[in-house]
Amino acid sequence: MRLLSTYIIGLIFGIGISISGMANPAKVLNFFDIAGTWDPSLAFVMGGALIVTFIGYRMVFNRDAPLLEQKFQLPTRRDIDPALIGGSAFFGVGWGMTGFCPGGALPALGTGRSEVLIFVAALIVGILIAKTLQNLSALRSESA
Amino acid sequence: METIFTPIQSLGGGVLIGFAAVLLMAVMGRIMGATGVLAGLIQPSGWSDWSWRAALVAGMVSGPVALFAMTGQMPAVQVPVSTLALVIGGLIVGLGVTYGGGCTSGHGVCGMARLSGRSIVATLTFMATTAATVFVVRHVIGG
Repeated sequence: MRLLSTYIIGLIFGIGISISGMANPAKVLNFFDIAGTWDPSLAFVMGGALIVTFIGYRMVFNRDAPLLEQKFQLPTRRDIDPALIGGSAFFGVGWGMTGFCPGGALPALGTGRSEVLIFVAALIVGILIAKTLQNLSALRSESA
Repeated sequence: METIFTPIQSLGGGVLIGFAAVLLMAVMGRIMGATGVLAGLIQPSGWSDWSWRAALVAGMVSGPVALFAMTGQMPAVQVPVSTLALVIGGLIVGLGVTYGGGCTSGHGVCGMARLSGRSIVATLTFMATTAATVFVVRHVIGG
């Protein structure tokens, strides 16, 4: 039940990404290229997703708990720290270089295109390097 | 490389993305963030946590195939950058989203919809550096 539900939710997300153009780096890069071959489509993706999520979340949070789990797992941090800003700034550089973001690239794997595989493999290595660095610095601050 | 303006498809796709985010919260109580889902998939913390992530990503990957079954066409994936750019850019995205704690789906859609201050700052930051990078690549270096 749990796995079937999450599979279907992933499928809805994957179809949405595919229809929207977020799986297409050329389209993503053109959204940011206002001085060149500008394509404003992605503003409609963001707008549609935000309106539905904004309203839908409010309905969901009227309930005490999710249907198949004990509680909602929401981020609790509120601080704006250097890692948030630096990490996000860095992410934008990679997104601007490739046109792939994680949410666009994962569904795009389904097209079987080798470029997507290469990007996702590098993405996973990047995540593992960052996690290792984070663990090392956590160890260092514990021992200090 | 020019692309065609597709406001209807993009809005429809965005609505489905939002719908999926709402459903994942309603059913599993989780944020629909590709970064977080993927990180938990490659560094598992038990079968019960790993299995729903695997099912979710399997669903995502099935998206283009389902679209092909319905319309007879795979979604367009046009990659106007080199393999080297994909490798370096992929590494940078992986590092950035891990330190930044999310990407376009987690911060940009789910966090912004919760009016999270961290997500709003993150989204404004990466949108700005993405635009700056595209400008430099296409009009400073490439121009």
